[in-house]
Amino acid sequence: MDEKREDGRSATQLRPLSCTRSVLNRAHGSASFSQGETKILAAVYGPRAGTKKNENPEKACIEVIWKPKSGQIGKAEKEYEMILKRTLQNICLLNVHPNTTTSIIIQVVNDDGSLLPCAINAACSALVDAGFPLKYLAVAISCCLSKHEYCIMDPNKLEEEKMKALVYLVFRNSILSVLDEGSKQEGESIENGIITSVTHGVMTVNDYFQCLEQGRAAIKPLSNFLRKKLQSKVQSDVSIAG
Amino acid sequence: MSTTNGSNDLSSEMEVDAFRRLFPLRFYERHLLESIRPDGRPLGRARDTTIALGAVASANGSALAKIGCTTMLAAVKLEVMTPKLESPDEGCIAIDFHMPPICSPLVRPGRPAEAAPVITKQLTDIILSSGMIDLKELSLVSGKAAWLAYLDIYCLDADGSLFDAALLSAVAAFSHLQIPVVSLNDNGRIVLISEENSGAMWEKEPVNKEKRKLKLDTLPFSLTCALHKNYILADPSAEEESIMETYLTVVLDSSLQLVSLNKPGGPGLAQTSAIQDCVALTIKRVKELQKILNEAISDMEVD
Repeated sequence: MDEKREDGRSATQLRPLSCTRSVLNRAHGSASFSQGETKILAAVYGPRAGTKKNENPEKACIEVIWKPKSGQIGKAEKEYEMILKRTLQNICLLNVHPNTTTSIIIQVVNDDGSLLPCAINAACSALVDAGFPLKYLAVAISCCLSKHEYCIMDPNKLEEEKMKALVYLVFRNSILSVLDEGSKQEGESIENGIITSVTHGVMTVNDYFQCLEQGRAAIKPLSNFLRKKLQSKVQSDVSIAG
Repeated sequence: MSTTNGSNDLSSEMEVDAFRRLFPLRFYERHLLESIRPDGRPLGRARDTTIALGAVASANGSALAKIGCTTMLAAVKLEVMTPKLESPDEGCIAIDFHMPPICSPLVRPGRPAEAAPVITKQLTDIILSSGMIDLKELSLVSGKAAWLAYLDIYCLDADGSLFDAALLSAVAAFSHLQIPVVSLNDNGRIVLISEENSGAMWEKEPVNKEKRKLKLDTLPFSLTCALHKNYILADPSAEEESIMETYLTVVLDSSLQLVSLNKPGGPGLAQTSAIQDCVALTIKRVKELQKILNEAISDMEVD
């Protein structure tokens, strides 16, 4: 199998990323995130008073609504909603606003592979835009395994369909520290944990761990991109009334 | 059961049950320090598992699987359909997972459980991608008729590890499945040959000679582990799942290849070492489940 992919990228190269904040002016926070041709629009409304039934009122509640580009809402959308909700529960500080509900609406604008990671990145950017208290950012990446046992990062739809297995990984963003190298030990172990992992297709256990290592390495450029884009811009626009 | 009220504050005066309800996390952590769980299991052990095949007599294949108190009833019904144009030699499997209100106080009649469509989708992905069933075996007449297998799984008692029990019952139901004898009648349609008039049917050539079982390549088995700080609890019950909200499900097939590793977020992070430990626990569990399933199948055949 040739090393070069169809669009000329190397195995670990990501597609061109773009992130625009505050695209919707009625939402409390919104972001449009695109990786190559895959584009997702995320909007955040909240925190609003009251939690849903069966949810813990001592914590903030997060609700995710996933709208596909076309077609009815089915089981796949429900699964994405569940994964996204639990991933965001990991990164949000839920004790700051107890007994509130925050709704995150994901609208798929275009699907060209790596849909779930793009949605997680978009949701994260929208939460930052809304000013929701977060512990750290979630950075998501997808990698797939070819029949010849090598993995490529950020596949597009054609590549996803040809590959034998697919892994979606979400890590916390890499730490940019001003401290010297010696005290990095503690940071290293925290950085290693994965927030979410979803796999499709059969692979060996070693292949999975190899994907994990490659994913961890690919997170750095993505983290830096997000850090640059999500730095607080000058508040020249009028604050949005809750 | 000894009441170990070791804490020094007001909770030392309390009964065990009250302490369990009011401070569930501390109750569990007190047990985890001793590497044991309130029901007496060590951390890496799953609950007692039983499988009963043929639980639904009217279905072509069925199984009742119990892991601890979690009970799942799976049944497979076969129906003839025209295969798709792109794959004229292949049948089809439709999987549905139901959580009726009987299974848990959190499921109410008007409000379907959130977990149900998610588990349905995960089961469909895993059963189709693991290669357990070769869809070509479900074909009858190429291009004209093939079997559509409806797999319905009902949760009768939801006490944690729903996905594990559902997958186990699905695999057991497919192991028990017997494809009935059919023949092509004059109108070109497939009819079922019933037992009584099988003698009279010989002039109409049966499409398949005798009831046969599906040849299953590799069976997928799974284990869910709850992660809490440095502890890994295998096969959490519903109480444990609600307290330690982070869990990880590993699905391996008989040749120990990874079919799925699912960690859907949750408050805790999973380190690589924790994932490796979970995979090791799953490998042990796969061997246990293989044995239990083989025993259940051989019990059926003896009857």
